[in-house]
Parts: sequence; C-alpha cells; structure tokens
Amino acid sequence: MNTTASGFRRTTLWLGLAGLLALFVADISITTRDPGMELGRISSGFLSPDFFATEQIGSALGYTLSFAVQGVTLGFVSGFLLALLWRWRMIRAFSATIRAVHELFWGLLFLQVFGLSALTGLLAIAIPYSGIFAKVFGEFLEEADRAPALALTPRSDAFSVFLYARLPLVWQHMKTYGAYRLECAVRASAILGFIGLPTIGFHLETAFRQGDYSSGAALLYLFLGIILSIRWWFRPSLLPLWIAAALLWAPPRANYTEGALSRFLTEDIIPAPMRQNDWQWHQLTDWLLMLAREQILPGLGNTLILGMAAMLMTGIIALLLFPLISSQFGNRFSRAGGHGLLVIFRTLPEFLLAFVFVLLLGPSMLPGILALALHTGAIVAHLSGRFTDSLTLRSDASGGLNRYAFEVLPRIYPNFLAFLLYRWEIIMRETAILGILGITTLGFYIDSAFSELRTDRAVVLIAAGVALNLLVDGISRRLRSHLRLRNGLADQN
Amino acid sequence: MNKRFMAAMVVLCTAFSIAACSPSSEEKPVLVFSAIPDQDEARLMTRFNKVANYLSDALEIEVRYVPVKSYSASVTAFRNNEIQLAWFGGLSGVQATQLVPGSYAIAQGVEDPQYVSYFIAHADTGLQPSEGFPEGIEGRSFTFGSKSSTSGRLMPEFFLREQYGKSPEEIFSRVGFSGDHSATIALVQSGAYEVGALSYQVWDRELAEGKVDPDKVRVIWTTPPYPDYHWVIRGDVEQKFGEGFADKVRQALLDLDDRDVLDSFPREKFIPASNEDFLPILETARSLGLMD
Repeated sequence: MNTTASGFRRTTLWLGLAGLLALFVADISITTRDPGMELGRISSGFLSPDFFATEQIGSALGYTLSFAVQGVTLGFVSGFLLALLWRWRMIRAFSATIRAVHELFWGLLFLQVFGLSALTGLLAIAIPYSGIFAKVFGEFLEEADRAPALALTPRSDAFSVFLYARLPLVWQHMKTYGAYRLECAVRASAILGFIGLPTIGFHLETAFRQGDYSSGAALLYLFLGIILSIRWWFRPSLLPLWIAAALLWAPPRANYTEGALSRFLTEDIIPAPMRQNDWQWHQLTDWLLMLAREQILPGLGNTLILGMAAMLMTGIIALLLFPLISSQFGNRFSRAGGHGLLVIFRTLPEFLLAFVFVLLLGPSMLPGILALALHTGAIVAHLSGRFTDSLTLRSDASGGLNRYAFEVLPRIYPNFLAFLLYRWEIIMRETAILGILGITTLGFYIDSAFSELRTDRAVVLIAAGVALNLLVDGISRRLRSHLRLRNGLADQN
Repeated sequence: MNKRFMAAMVVLCTAFSIAACSPSSEEKPVLVFSAIPDQDEARLMTRFNKVANYLSDALEIEVRYVPVKSYSASVTAFRNNEIQLAWFGGLSGVQATQLVPGSYAIAQGVEDPQYVSYFIAHADTGLQPSEGFPEGIEGRSFTFGSKSSTSGRLMPEFFLREQYGKSPEEIFSRVGFSGDHSATIALVQSGAYEVGALSYQVWDRELAEGKVDPDKVRVIWTTPPYPDYHWVIRGDVEQKFGEGFADKVRQALLDLDDRDVLDSFPREKFIPASNEDFLPILETARSLGLMD
C-alpha cells in the first residue's frame, strides 16, 4: 500500500539499512587497555576546575561573543537579502555552496589573506550563516500563506506588498530563528579558536590537548554557562547595544599586508603544477588524478561511512532521549535534568567527546561515530521533545511505554524524520573535525593540506566536500518533499 | 517604536565611527614575533613576554609577542609579515624560508643541532628498549604528534620509511595524529595507541613532573640526531628597522644569558645558525612529499 505511513517506513528502512551497512564496513573494533589513569585525571580536573589558570580568559570571552554577535547580524541581513531572490536556482545553489563549507575552513581560508584578525572571525561565521539563513528564510517565505498578498489591489507596488502582506507573516519566526542561531554562533565562534583566533576555544583546545584538565574544565563550565544563560542576557531589544559593544571590542579590521589578496588569488590557490613557467595540461591532470586517488576518493568514502553510521546512531539516540524533556513523560524535575543533559551533550565540542571515547574504546571509527551521534542526537532529541509539548493527548491515554510507542511516537515521527534529514548534511560537514582519530575523512585531508601550507590542494578538497554536501542536501530535499515534510519553522545548525 | 529605533541607530552609528576611526597608524615600527606552540601552551604569554621584554631592552625598540595556535599558522603569519621574527621548529622553519624569499635562520639552541625523538610504547606490548631500531613495532597502532611537527612527525616518519621502505599506513595497523606531544604520551599511556613518537624534551619534562607512569609507558628507542628548532627573521626587516638590524637581533639572542628567559624555550643558550644547517630537514620534507 502506498500510504503516507508506508513512505515513512520505507525511508526509515533505507536510511537504517544504509547506516547498518556503514557500520558493517566501518572499522569499529574496541581496543582498551588502561584508560583509568587518564580518565581519573580528567574527572579530578572536572571536580577541581581552575578558573585562574588561563591567561586572558576575559578577553577570550569578549572575542567569542563579539564574533558571534557580529557574524549572526551580518549573516541575518545578507541571508535575508538572498532569501528575497530564493526562486532563482542560482541563488539557491550559491547559498548551498557557501554553507557547505565548515566555519573552520572558511576561517583557514581567510586566515591566509586577512591574518589573525577580527575580520577573519566575522567572515568565517557570517558567510556560512548567510547561506543557512537564506535557506531557512527562503523556505519560510515559500511556506507562508499567500492569501494576504493576493487580496491586495493589483496596483500595489511590490515593495509595499512585501512589507505589509508577506514579511509580517514570517517576521516572528525569523526573529526566533535568529535568536536560536546566536547560540550556534557562540559555539562556532568558540570553535574558531581551534585555528588560532583568540576566542575561548583557543584555550579550551590547548588545555585538553595538553592534559591540563583543571583549566580545561573551568573553560568548559564557563562556556556552558554562557550558552545556558543566553536567554537571560540576550534580548532582541538589546541587540543594538550588543552589536555596538561587539564592534567596539573587536572592530572588524583585517591584519592585511600589501599584496596578500592578489598573492592568494594568483599564486596560493593555483594548482602547484600550473605555477611552473612552462606547465602542460597533462601535469595538471596528473596532479588532479593523484589528489583524487590518494585523498578525495578515500576521503569521500570515509566521510560517507562515518556520516551514515553517525546518522543511524543519531536517530537511535534521539528516539531514546527525547522523552527526557517531553511534557508527555516524567515530572518537572526529570525534565529539568533532561534539559541539562541535552544541553551539555549538544554544547560539548565533538573533539572533546571523541578524545574521551578514544581513551575508552581505542582508536577506530567508533569514537568518531559516537561523538558525532551524541552531539547531533541531543539536538534532534531536543527539537523532537519540544515538539511533543504541543500535542494534546486524550486524558485517558495510556502511560509509560504504551504512551511512547502508540500515542507520542506516531504523532511526532514525521517531524522527527524532518529534523533528522535536515541534520544529514551537517553531520557530513562535522566529520571534518575528527582528524585526531586519524580517521581519514575529507576534513582530515583538508586539515593536512592547510598544515602543509598547500592552499591549492585545500581548495580542491573543499570543492569535493561541497559537491558531497550539495548531493546530500539534494537527496534530503527530495525525500522531504516526497514525504511532504515541511520545514516546521525549525532547526538547522 | 520610533524613538527606540532612533536611539538604537545613534548607538550603532557612534560605535561604527569609533570602530572605524580608532588609531591604526603606528608611528614607531614594532617588531612582532611568535613561536610555534610546541609545549606548555597555557603559559605561552608569560613565557614569551619575558623574551619580548628582553629583546625590547636589547634592541631599544618595542617588541611584541603574539601567540599562534598551530605550526602552520605561525608560518602563515610570518609570510604575511604579521610577524617578522619567529622561533620555528625544523620543518616550519624551512617552510617559512622557502615561502618568504630573503628570510633566513639566525640562531638556534645549543641543543638543536643534535635534537632527537623518542619512540614510546605501552608496557603491555612487551616492547623493550633497544639501541638499534626497535623490533616488533610493525602491525601495531601508532600515533604521531602534530602533522607539522619535526620531532613528532617528520623525522619519526623518515626513520620508519628508511627502516621498512613503506609508508606508516602500511607499517602499522592504525596511524593517528594526536596533535601534540603531551597528547601522544596520554594516548600511549592509556593504551589507546600502542606506540608513539615525540620530542625528547617534552617526555623528559613530563617525566620529571610526575605526569608519566613508568610502569605503563616507556621509551623504547632514541632516534639518531637531526637539526630542529631555530630563529628565522624576514629579510626585509632591514628596510623597516635600519641596516644591520638582523645582525643586532642575532647578537641579542646569542648574548642572552638570563636563565629565566632561556627556560622559556627551554634552551641552555643560543648559537648561530644559517639556512644551510637545515637543508637535511628540507630534503626530508621533500622526500616525504610534505613539501614541493
């Protein structure tokens, strides 16, 4: 039978099978010896955080917030402008392309030209976020009711129609979504510290990498505190003040040296063989073939395996965790605890989870899969759980497991699936930062190219990543429209 | 609504104009330097501000230290003239001199011409310390440090390839990049990886600080010596700071005898160095395909 439910079942089946196949192919053996000592040091670090061990912690916080506020603001405005032209395929492809590149890689690219500067931090966030905002706002506008606009007299000019009959329908959603993005941007801004920008991630990554767990724990608590308290310190009415403060703290200036841009465009990103004086086409093809054989194909393969396995685990984790915060289950206290747990899981940087899992399980793909799945699973669980709050069940609805399986799950399953499909391309992008495990995803090779100062290779590899992301995004969009899953005015990371 | 909007606009415009007009012109030239983040990173500012103060006094100009996150970031900053002087590792140093024509090595630590890496192994592997290349490491899991580290990656990989005639991926069951010498110790000590390679200095320091459990992890091999860390200066500093500036910097480094400052590196003292001293590193990097 070709019912809606059968469509969901088929999609779930295929995604599940793909995930199982990936897990089967993936290297997930467990080799543990004695992680006890290191885990002991980690936990004692978390029990005795040292807030004074990190130099310049205040200025790191300032930069973290400044980049986030500036980046979201610029992304919001330019994303909105892009969304106005959403019906053009070119614009959609452009938005998809700029958001397919991880913030870290945007940062590494701008680092080559603008140096370690506030402008690098701002653009690294604003550019991918423009693409994300464009997509979400574009879909908001597409899904908004057209009746008010059609009801206006045909003589009204397009601008007035938009301002009075289109924008008001989506403005509230746009604001809510913008505020949600700010949380993501604070996290992204912190993570930009991993490549050297002076945000909190700079010190966080250093502390954990060097086994300085007390100062690492302090930084993590601080970071969690900021994220958890966003709704108190950030209100839309205060936005101008925050923007002003951010501009004063980190004026978006470049650390630019004469000729860096032209050198970047005419030398750095030109493939190595083409930089010789009398180069020939076959040298370029050899170079590309070498890259494809040694890095792109294995990188794509591992990214797909890791991504699909993580996708399956994400689904399972989300289905297990969402009741923790759902008002259909538990009581006030269990939900508060559940919220806390989910926030922690979705805020902890994946590399940190991965590091702990490597100690516990040994090096294989498993720590990477788990780290990604726990992080994304917590997000999907949060969104699905929040969605259940809008359900009204009959007062005589069954409780416990029956309530879960026969009342709640069937009602939220379409939304759960939509959230999961939305996260798909993001999971693929996030596989990039798990290089510590020596898992040779595409991101691993991009990182290698940057550390070998081979921007030309990095650019080709990033382009391959973009292609994969566009493909995944396309499949996900088709599946969603086939299953008639709508945006639900919800999430994107 | 309108009043609030106006107020917001006023605040924003003021902020923009202050941000745009804040002083950006530098009257006196400032020498900016950096160092690769190889160890004890939490205290980078404290450690290298001492060096900045010393150089500032010796050269009688303002000297500033900026911290960088990675080896490649320090090379990029040097290339973009964000920094004019840098304390590089062997590999990052030759990357820098190759990318910036006219730049050259001026000094190195007295220890640096004879730097070594340690191969370490988890006790459960049963691997024993040996004089020659260690037997029985093939087929095990292995972790390097940072991808651009000389002692944590380049030279260990060179000796591995020399011994086995194949790549690390073919020698070992798994190859990881811990990203850091300290992380290499932590990962081998916990048994996550069976064997690893790192800078002898970091191992000695962590052993002295009691962070290493000798029952769990031990040194099984000391590599042959190779040249490593050195100071590199841009050739165009002479135009900015005057004739003979590079020599003044070199002399200031060679004259350095303040224990407290030297311990920032840590080095016993500095001795002269030239680009030729690091040709072996350049050759090695090329033979491993890490440089063109």
